Amino acid sequence: MASIEISNAVKSYGAVDVLHGIDLDIQDGEFIVLVGPSGCGKSTLLRMIAGLEDITSGAISIGGTVVNELQPKDRDIAMVFQSYALYPHMSVAENMSYALTLRKTAKEKIADAITNVAEILGLTALLERRPKALSGGQRQRVAMGRAIVRKPQAFLFDEPLSNLDARLREQMRTEIRKLHRRLGATSVYVTHDQIEAMTMADRIVAMHDGIIQQVGSPVEIYDRPANIFVASFIGSPAMNFLKGAYEIAQNDTTGIRLTDGSFVPVLPARGATANQTVTLGARPEHIALVPDGNGGIPARVELIEPMGLSTLVHVSLAGNPVKIFTLDRPDFAVDSFIHIAFDMEKVHVFDTQTELRLPPESEPHMARTA
Amino acid sequence: MNVSGNSPARKLVYWGSHYLMIGAFVVFALFPLYWLLKVSVTPNDILYTEGVRMWPSRTTWENYFFVLTQSNFPHYFLNSVIVAGTTAIVTTMVAAVTGYSFSRFAFRGKMIIVALMLITQMFPLVMLIAPIFKILAPLGLTDSLTGLIIVYTAFNVPFATFLMQSFFDGIPKDLEEAAMIDGNTRFQAFRRIILPLTLPGVAATLGFVFTAAWSELLFALMLVSSESASTFPVGLLSFVSKFSVDFGQMMAAGVLALIPACAFFLLIQRYLVQGLTAGAVKG
Ligand SMILES: Nc1ncnc2c1ncn2[C@@H]1O[C@H](COP(=O)(O)OP(=O)(O)O)[C@@H](O)[C@H]1O
Ligand SMILES: [Mg+2]
Repeated sequence: MASIEISNAVKSYGAVDVLHGIDLDIQDGEFIVLVGPSGCGKSTLLRMIAGLEDITSGAISIGGTVVNELQPKDRDIAMVFQSYALYPHMSVAENMSYALTLRKTAKEKIADAITNVAEILGLTALLERRPKALSGGQRQRVAMGRAIVRKPQAFLFDEPLSNLDARLREQMRTEIRKLHRRLGATSVYVTHDQIEAMTMADRIVAMHDGIIQQVGSPVEIYDRPANIFVASFIGSPAMNFLKGAYEIAQNDTTGIRLTDGSFVPVLPARGATANQTVTLGARPEHIALVPDGNGGIPARVELIEPMGLSTLVHVSLAGNPVKIFTLDRPDFAVDSFIHIAFDMEKVHVFDTQTELRLPPESEPHMARTA
Repeated sequence: MNVSGNSPARKLVYWGSHYLMIGAFVVFALFPLYWLLKVSVTPNDILYTEGVRMWPSRTTWENYFFVLTQSNFPHYFLNSVIVAGTTAIVTTMVAAVTGYSFSRFAFRGKMIIVALMLITQMFPLVMLIAPIFKILAPLGLTDSLTGLIIVYTAFNVPFATFLMQSFFDGIPKDLEEAAMIDGNTRFQAFRRIILPLTLPGVAATLGFVFTAAWSELLFALMLVSSESASTFPVGLLSFVSKFSVDFGQMMAAGVLALIPACAFFLLIQRYLVQGLTAGAVKG
């Protein structure tokens, strides 16, 4: 096991920069999730760590050694591919033992390792099968097994669950987490699925357009997103955004005047000036339905989406679609007017220009941004 | 699929015409071979006297006996085996590595090389005989099997390369990347993971090049003058003398010449079928 340091790593294909100066320190034993929309450069970064892509500039070290010039085989890392990349002409056992055989590990040791890992992953009965005789979930396990038997310095995962159906994906998520707790190996996990990121990560690295937007624990990222991109990407149903002007009223209360003239009180935002154009960010669970209309802002109901446990109410406010999460069973009809209230302590203020979050003045200085 | 409807009669008509057409094609394709066989076992004295018959009234092995014991044919045959075999192996090895690099790497000048290789396929070979002779003569490579092997290899490499490339394109590059992470160099990954998966492609390429070299006549005729370096297609012509054509012996030699090609395809057909169908499904 080892730490991984990435400093100012750049990747260009010809004139196109895909990664712009990535800095990231991954602690020994940490489970890091790189998350971001498709095409943002997650795989490229992972493949640079693996040695499958050249590093245009900057440095990557694993366990304190700069590996820029090392071949993948000399980096002592294991990788799980989205396609699993199992060797079709080898049995499950041969697939898993391939790396050990190449390292000239003693036969009995290999056999022990395979037996052990097969047991952990429930593959014991499948050891003699070829990959094509396995289901998707079983192949995924073999790919995991092939990585685990090696006891590498670090595990790299490139969207390993995206070819599984939803139920299996959920199950493997927990299993991978449990495995990580058991093995404690440094892991870098790439996904475009923010739920995977939230549920699995020690720390999330949110990426967009080849730039790290924010690094932090899942709760940090969720509660204190650095900018509009992170705020909108993390969380499902997604955060609501409403444009408006920052206002400081006579009695020193601060708030945002929406385009339809309604006023949403917010905590004083650091660095915000009066009449500055800002964006209000409110998660669906931070907007309440006000049954008696007392002090609420009126909004027209557009759609009511029952989700079992909860209900998602879609309303229109100042011409913007707004989603509201509620555990109640709403008794109003589509097209009726209801009153809603924003949780002043929880909503966010973003500078519309820079898209950066303007944290409440009461929040300690700590937001780590790129 | 239910093209034929449900009634047994329509089904019969459907499948009947299906097999009829296949049968017609097979007969059409194999008839010359049948004729080859027929003439080869027809005794000389009744070849012209019996008229056109599907099978002679008497058969004989004497044409085969003559070809194998009295003619130079065994020698030509051996030459052809050497030339076609070596050409097939060398070409396929070159095509495998070139095809792999075309499939996997982006490098400067790649498009130019591909274009050049395509251009070589556009010239009628006849145009190139004179310059090739001029090049090979001072090197002492005319009238030699080595010269033929070099020329055949050069002519077959482009097509064989594209053929191999298409097979490599069908194999995900994740596989060799996984192997490289598992501890292989790229070349080891190529040899131990990718090549075994490309065996159908290798077989198809070997088969294609072998047949092409085995039946090549033009260069074999123009570049080689001595008996000792003649290949079997040239040897066949020796059954044509100024005054007559010895059809019986010629056909017997022809039948014998089919044997290695058939044996070769029998050997590789397992991979070949796999490869051709794999390609077919992928489209
Ligand atoms: N070989 C390549 N040549 C040119 N551009 C590439 C190449 N590989 C990836 N890219 C580009 O790099 C960007 C990042 O790709 P990738 O790391 O695969 O994204 P992600 O894994 O986040 O979806 C994409 O815009 C992609 O088009
Ligand atoms: Mg990717």
